[in-house]
Amino acid sequence: MTITSANPEILSELDRPNSYIGKTVPRPNLERLMQGRGLYVSDMELPRMGQVVFLRSPHAHAKIIGIDAAAARRVPGVIAVVTGKELADVITPWVGVLSHLKGLKSAPQHAIAIDRVCWQGEAVAAIVATSRAVAEDAAEVVRVEYEELEAVTDMRTALDPATPVIHSALGDNLAFERNHDAGEVDAAFAGSDEVVEADFIFGRHTGVTLEPRSVVADWNVAEERLTIYQGTQAPHMVQNIAALHLGLQEQQVRVVCKDVGGSFGIKVHIYADEMATYALSKLLRRPVKFVADRVESFNTDIHARDHRCKGRIGVKRDGTITAFEIDDLTGIGPYSMYPRTSAIEANQVVNLVGGPYVMKNYRARARVVFQNKNVMCQYRAVGHPIACSVTEGLVDLAAAKIAMDPVEIRRRNLIADDGYPCTSPSGLRFELLSHHAAMNKLMAMMDYDALRAEQAALRAKKVHRGIGIASFIEVTNPSAAFYGVGGARISSQDGVAVRLDAQGSVICQTSITEQGQGSESLTAQIVGSVLGVSMERVRVILGDTDNTPYGGGTWASRGAGIGGEAALQAAKILRRNILDVAAAILQSSPAELDIAGSAIVNGSDGAPRMELRELARIVYFRPDTLPPGTQPELMATRHFVPREYPFAFTNGVQASWLEVDTDTGFVKLLRHWVVEDCGTLINPQLVDEQIRGGVVQGLGAALFEKCVYDERGQLTNANMADYLVPMSGEMPDIDVGHVVSPTSETELGAKGAGEAGTAGAAAAVANAVNDALRPLGAVITEIPLTPQVILTALGRI
Amino acid sequence: MTAPVSISLDVNGERVDALVLPRLNLADFLREQLQLTGTHVGCEHGVCGACTVRVNGEIVRSCLMLAVQAHGAAVQTIEGLSDSGEVADLQAAFRDRNALQCGFCTPGMLMAAQDLLKQEARPDRDRIREHLSGNYCRCTGYQAIIDAVETTARARGGRRV
Repeated sequence: MTITSANPEILSELDRPNSYIGKTVPRPNLERLMQGRGLYVSDMELPRMGQVVFLRSPHAHAKIIGIDAAAARRVPGVIAVVTGKELADVITPWVGVLSHLKGLKSAPQHAIAIDRVCWQGEAVAAIVATSRAVAEDAAEVVRVEYEELEAVTDMRTALDPATPVIHSALGDNLAFERNHDAGEVDAAFAGSDEVVEADFIFGRHTGVTLEPRSVVADWNVAEERLTIYQGTQAPHMVQNIAALHLGLQEQQVRVVCKDVGGSFGIKVHIYADEMATYALSKLLRRPVKFVADRVESFNTDIHARDHRCKGRIGVKRDGTITAFEIDDLTGIGPYSMYPRTSAIEANQVVNLVGGPYVMKNYRARARVVFQNKNVMCQYRAVGHPIACSVTEGLVDLAAAKIAMDPVEIRRRNLIADDGYPCTSPSGLRFELLSHHAAMNKLMAMMDYDALRAEQAALRAKKVHRGIGIASFIEVTNPSAAFYGVGGARISSQDGVAVRLDAQGSVICQTSITEQGQGSESLTAQIVGSVLGVSMERVRVILGDTDNTPYGGGTWASRGAGIGGEAALQAAKILRRNILDVAAAILQSSPAELDIAGSAIVNGSDGAPRMELRELARIVYFRPDTLPPGTQPELMATRHFVPREYPFAFTNGVQASWLEVDTDTGFVKLLRHWVVEDCGTLINPQLVDEQIRGGVVQGLGAALFEKCVYDERGQLTNANMADYLVPMSGEMPDIDVGHVVSPTSETELGAKGAGEAGTAGAAAAVANAVNDALRPLGAVITEIPLTPQVILTALGRI
Repeated sequence: MTAPVSISLDVNGERVDALVLPRLNLADFLREQLQLTGTHVGCEHGVCGACTVRVNGEIVRSCLMLAVQAHGAAVQTIEGLSDSGEVADLQAAFRDRNALQCGFCTPGMLMAAQDLLKQEARPDRDRIREHLSGNYCRCTGYQAIIDAVETTARARGGRRV
């Protein structure tokens, strides 16, 4: 598939000769980060700043009988010790529900627990001191009397009548349930030649951003303004929520987001301890800094993916998939997270299972239950890895059952590339996907047939290698259908303002944010391309609610597709304005002029007519020389949100090639391939690196990462030595290829790419492990695929 | 043992005299007392490598070393290596290859990579992966970093020959 203009006679902005769009250019401002001269929130210091340490519950579920902080208050350097009850005078509690997720319920959550703690790690008091070390010393002498309560930890029994109800006012531990039934599922299964079932188990894991969550809150009592410096993906959301719960107007709150040390969805939420930090600053009338330590990160950063999903697939002898059925159960901790809620992941699983395939019969149930564990919520590729692992695991099992090659069964069922637009059985509307083109490209990249031959030859030598394939769809460019329709004040639109400064450079303010994906780069590339100026002359300002248009920020792969389109449209207006004034100065017409190389040029022959710098000089300093009535506007703002489709679905396919050591249970990753289609590629290198980074997070889930809780709700591996993440030594090289199907919802045509790697990696690995072990009769539908899991499946232990 | 201790050391070529508590680790000393915030703190127990600095020519985890242990030592941080130009080619390779996203691991990663390149002229990809396997990166998936280090090794090797 190639980009084709509807009317090739008319060149679009993207066809301009000085376009950066589609080109790999280095990201601006990397030098700062490489020299150690970035500014992360953990680096910040303000005058009179106090450091807060939260005293956290050692119990998963307990009543707070009393707190004695007298000794702590006497520790030199301690500014204040504040309990939940005291803080409640400054900040109101919240309930994490959305109205469009019908039936979703949760209980009021306080910034600091008041009467009861509901997970190990919930804060019970805040100690503010002149240094973190002093605050930690003081925390050690705070005496808290608890009455331990029975902890609800196993999601499988959370709904049993004998299990205590965590929030009695809610009646039971069921937070949310969604059922879906499309087509004739029972008849389809009855008419199948084979029906295969499996129980899929997914380990609870977490993001492990290298910089922990960090906040500096600065209440200026004289200005009656709160400035929040926070490594967040959604500054305007933080502004709204902080104002709402502190009883302020939004204009009294400024959120500034400097460099962010990793996000992945972890930093798109607002945590109780962050709310407490805002409130402490207001209460104490001074700046307060909170930087989570690593143990706190493991215990309080959102967890994700704790699912058990029964899946069933029906298949005909010729490979036709007849039906999918799933029953998904997930435990989200004691509260639905605010304001995005913890029901979205299960909802996504129900939406996405079976997504790549032509199949009309689909039944699904998702149940979301409360537990006394850390809260669970949206993390990179929300729900996608679960849905992809279940779907692709079942497809592989079906293929094995009818003795068909895994690629062949997919080719027989994937939606045809000319079959769009179409709607999935769960109601998703697909504008244009490219499953077959992607699969064909993948086969060529990995030389599938040669790999199968190599596998067979090695099997004869008792070397157990496997090939795993996983097709997937990916939700990107979310519209208001994600949160806005449910009542959350999370913007789905983004805005960009561009202006030509007095020396002919371009200043661009955007509401999308930068956490390393390249938001600054893609914005500068787009604006530079449209305006005909070099990227070096475009300065991008982001991450500041006082100084950017209102918008959603950067999550759910929306930066390029939504923020990028807003940048394109704003730059077009500015371009028109510049050409209008240029025509007036040059006694020409805008249609005869162009901008290239940071100068006004003739459209016909490209001959330079006037430097932009000169135009700006005249407009700003000698407007008296312009024709009467001319008022040039060298600033333009545009906003954008997708309207036609609620989401821009993308698609892709991944393959894993690995070796299983059947004596030790270790998996060695040998190679990994990805083909994905994110529409227009703005900077191919940045897209590839988003995909690679995403793949490695998925590989972590597949092989290493798991939050291990004991039966009392204690997280037993809350440190980086015991919680394993991928390191360079275990990771394979990852080949990335693209198919390009631009979305026609925008002129830019870009869809998102941030989730694609994570969406399919674990499924590809799991399928490859099963492919390797198939001759040995073992089938594993659980991740992480630890040596223990593999050796158990092989009957070795 | 809770009274401040006087230490003197060389940091990025500048003499530093300071009073530090015995329990203060080198990472916090560099960040909080000297405001050299390029050295990052990720895990606080020696696993992630974000706090890697050079002490007397050897790379160490500054979160595992006490500031008092650096008395009399020569300490180099990412700011020092950047200003001296020692890693300019490595940084350029990182930039060209987009071998960093959020950049939080990058100072430690550059420190560790430069350490390898000083020891070995032509490390292969496996050797680079092995040497960097004490440095977490959650953004890149490592491949771009390995590429950038490999490119730098080749370029330096070429210059030497």
